[in-house]
Amino acid sequence: MTAPPDTSGSAAEARPEAALDGMSAKAIEGRSLGQIAWLRLKRDKVAMVAGGVVVVLVLVAVAGLLLDRVFDVVHPNTFHEDLVDRAGGTLAPTGALGGMSWDHIMGVEPGNGRDIAARVFSGAWISLLIAFLATLLSVFIGTVLGVTAGYFGGWVDTLISRAMDVFLAFPLLVFAIALVGTVPDEMFGLRGESLRIAMLIFIIGFFNWPYAGRIVRGQTLSLREREFVDASRSLGARSPHILFKELLPNLVAPVLVYATLLIPTNILFESALSFLGVGVNAPTATWGGMLSEAAAYYTIPHFMIWPGLAIFVTVLAFNLFGDGLRDALDPRAR
Amino acid sequence: MTEAPTTPEQPAAADRDDLLVADGLQMHFPIRRGLLRRKVGAVQAVDGLSFAVKRGETLSLVGESGCGKTTTGRLLTRLLEPTAGTVTLDGRDITHLSVSQMRPLRRDIQMIFQDPYSSLNPRHTVGTIVGAPWKLQGVDPPGGVKKAVQELLELVGLNPEHYNRYPHEFSGGQRQRIGIARTLALRPKVIVADEPVSALDVSVQAQVVNLMEDLQDEFDLTYVMIAHDLSVVRHVSDRVAVMYLGKIMEIADRTALYERPTHPYTVALLSAVPIPDTNRKNKRERIRLQGDVPSPVNPPSGCRFRTRCWKAEEICAAEEPPLVAVGPGHQTACHFPENKDEVTTNPTGTA
Repeated sequence: MTAPPDTSGSAAEARPEAALDGMSAKAIEGRSLGQIAWLRLKRDKVAMVAGGVVVVLVLVAVAGLLLDRVFDVVHPNTFHEDLVDRAGGTLAPTGALGGMSWDHIMGVEPGNGRDIAARVFSGAWISLLIAFLATLLSVFIGTVLGVTAGYFGGWVDTLISRAMDVFLAFPLLVFAIALVGTVPDEMFGLRGESLRIAMLIFIIGFFNWPYAGRIVRGQTLSLREREFVDASRSLGARSPHILFKELLPNLVAPVLVYATLLIPTNILFESALSFLGVGVNAPTATWGGMLSEAAAYYTIPHFMIWPGLAIFVTVLAFNLFGDGLRDALDPRAR
Repeated sequence: MTEAPTTPEQPAAADRDDLLVADGLQMHFPIRRGLLRRKVGAVQAVDGLSFAVKRGETLSLVGESGCGKTTTGRLLTRLLEPTAGTVTLDGRDITHLSVSQMRPLRRDIQMIFQDPYSSLNPRHTVGTIVGAPWKLQGVDPPGGVKKAVQELLELVGLNPEHYNRYPHEFSGGQRQRIGIARTLALRPKVIVADEPVSALDVSVQAQVVNLMEDLQDEFDLTYVMIAHDLSVVRHVSDRVAVMYLGKIMEIADRTALYERPTHPYTVALLSAVPIPDTNRKNKRERIRLQGDVPSPVNPPSGCRFRTRCWKAEEICAAEEPPLVAVGPGHQTACHFPENKDEVTTNPTGTA
């Protein structure tokens, strides 16, 4: 007998095979659904590659921040006017392939010659920060309200569902453009760039919660009817216990999948707002803002390619990873 | 923590042997329509059930799907609040107790659920699931929750080392054993088992049924078994109540009901039980009921079974037959009971 806890109990005597079980006690460790999902995810090559890209992107974003704030190697806002053709008046980069060189691996911008690589990297930080936090905000609000609506039903459900309809009918883009014009220079102790970022997170995150809310509400409606909820209730469980201990653990998977799929949408939305000029103020680099500036130089496509490629790769990676995650977490939903 | 008043506060009016009593139990689910959610009707799922479950016995509720068996189970365990009638548990009226008033009493009445795939939370380990009753009731089992859970697992025939496993790693029969272990945690007096074996393979059904019988002997349990499989019911029950459209058609001791059924519906149900004996099979006349069960929203007047009954006459539509004694402990609700001559010879039944 190698397992000490059971040697004295009646368990060992009553069951002849208990000794054997005791020896393999360490082997009998339950695999949680999370562990199973991870094993399944590991087998999905596309999702793993996409997940790798996501990790690299996050590292790049952090590196972009450091590049900008700490190392100051090539500052994204430094002009390199010697690298653009001022004499000819076209303001195109003088070097080949848009001025690509070892110093400026993605070339320089037409006009003022800022380093594109530095701007793409530091733009990654802004894009991901806004997308992550906005996603967190909308998923949080959506989960809380969705689970409340689904679990309690009745007039609570009616109220929240109608609120969702109102939010979904909201002309978000128009509102965003109008809001940018009216926000003062300083609000809630924030100013300048931080205020703009906070405002973008609020606009993107706060108005997107009904999508998450609907998913969570629907899941809650079906989970509520499962017998384990009745079982819990028949043991005398209170509503908070049922909500947080019984229902919420079952909602983690769909919420997580939805969040990974919402991040690329939010990146695109932030880019669109920046493109329209209601995003983060110039000269802070954002992908959308770079695209907007590049539109003026449509004859020099490389300026457009790099930020466009960054958006494309990021969105694709998050989407593929989200799909893989969904398959891994719920193979029946395929 | 809170000490439950396990002794009955008021002595039972009728019989001290009656552990769980339903009297005129009624559950009408309202149907609401339109913008104002006005009540336009009601699903009469359970409509005036009266029966008593004696200490230590097994009472089975049988009937077709949709006859209100499951609703009855939920009313008895107060997962639902009846629209009329009373439920008395161990001499105490629990009909309209609030959730918090009901909480300490839940130690005495527990429920086994029908679907072992949905009655266990897939995100919790077996240890959490089986240990939940103590946590929720604020009780510390002697020797700690883990030890108590392992003893329970052992008791229901599972490997106690599987404490850390998740429900999806178990088969249907094993899952149902986990569910049974959970109901036993608080050592209840009554267990309402809602079709405990109907979701299982036939070979596993027998194991689970036998387990439940062993546990009944060991812990002096009282069962209310909800079932539609008449063979299983015959095996486990002391008494059987046959339900149809929210009403009891016939209630009797097992032997009396199976050997001398008086209600035409019972006769029809029993004739549908397959007999694994080809010689007897040929001799038996099988009664086929025509049509479907009428809607419980708008049940037939008079006797609810009359629309499908081959003996129905005018009085059946005009007057609802009361549940009357046709023998000792044998009651039936029919104007024209079958096998009447045999049973009326001994008319001293409980009315």
